[in-house]
Amino acid sequence: MAGAQLDNRPCGGRYADIVASIGHTPLVELKQFSPKPSVRIWAKLESANPTGSVKDRVARSMIDDAEATGAISPGQTILEPTSGNTGISLAMICRRKGYPLKVVMPENVTAERTQLLAMYGAEIVYSPGEQGSNGAVALALEMAEADSSYYMPYQYGNEANPRAHYDGTAVEILEELDDVAAFVGGLGTGGTLMGTARRLKEADPATRIVAAEPLQGELVQGLRSLDDGFIPPIIDITLLDRKIFVSNRDAVVWTKKLIEEEGIFAGVSSGAVAAISHRVASDLEAGNVVTVFPDGGWKYLSSGVYTKTVEELEADGTLETASFW
Amino acid sequence: MPTAKIPPVLRSSTGGEKEVAVDGATVGDALRSLASQHADTERQLFGEGGELNRYVNVYLNDEDVRVLDGLDTAVGASDTLVILPAMAGG
Repeated sequence: MAGAQLDNRPCGGRYADIVASIGHTPLVELKQFSPKPSVRIWAKLESANPTGSVKDRVARSMIDDAEATGAISPGQTILEPTSGNTGISLAMICRRKGYPLKVVMPENVTAERTQLLAMYGAEIVYSPGEQGSNGAVALALEMAEADSSYYMPYQYGNEANPRAHYDGTAVEILEELDDVAAFVGGLGTGGTLMGTARRLKEADPATRIVAAEPLQGELVQGLRSLDDGFIPPIIDITLLDRKIFVSNRDAVVWTKKLIEEEGIFAGVSSGAVAAISHRVASDLEAGNVVTVFPDGGWKYLSSGVYTKTVEELEADGTLETASFW
Repeated sequence: MPTAKIPPVLRSSTGGEKEVAVDGATVGDALRSLASQHADTERQLFGEGGELNRYVNVYLNDEDVRVLDGLDTAVGASDTLVILPAMAGG
């Protein structure tokens, strides 16, 4: 039976199961943010993934890799440190494939992240909130050393993380755009930036790679010394042309601008990369600026970011204590 | 004079000061100026060879100096150096 012609082909596609449907996210132009007609800003909306974040790509890649190398088989307990999204993605995939999952996560994350993990059956171990993700990494490494029965994908040091973007995110961008003047990525594990940057640079060495880095609130910097700082092993800083920090305040301001000016309901890290994308675009004469919006705003609703003013969020301490990355 | 912003983790080494006025025309000189005023910061900021501690990020205003010219990055009188421990996400 002949149906109406689709406006946008191909459509979302047909997949064997939910895990296979990961990726293929829409690339949406941010017309209101464009500083001049010759410069266009595009955002890949990773909220369209099954659990609502870019980490679905990474979790699938790491589990596929571990299965392919024989490191895991169903029944094997997986352990992973996370600030939330990777844990949630792993929880969905592990549930589908039959792997018990234990995640180590800072205690000050939003309630939604705990609820989603519990929903998919993951066990949660909390790490000290004031140490942020660094504390979760340290605790998970201790647990893995003490109990060799765990398998830890370890997103911070696993090449399957950037590979998910090299073989996925970046290819999808290049399918849609003939040239990319600049790519802006948030810096968490470094996976999005490293994997996407390598592929984009291969396609055009002139593409500028810009990292947007979170400036955590002071109360999330509760480390004992600077030596407790953590740099994910997969990060190769030489791939970056610029690395700019974004305060929680600016990230929230731009998250609200995304809603007001573009109608996009995104997570706070998307606000951060939007801010830097606009800045990079303002320095260009022409070309496409591409960024990745890691997730939607659903998991941050309880923080009040979308309903309170920035001044209220400053006054009640949210901007200093919340963990958005 | 440039200003160095001190992260919470370093404030026990600066007598609780959140900002310190520093001297120097480069990032390296400015950080050594900080270390000369507050000796306990030196071991945390620099490695044994005088290089920037691997786990310390230093930003000139808001750009990471490692992606600029490192410790040789020029600093102006009205600039701010932000010192932060490297933090992960994910």
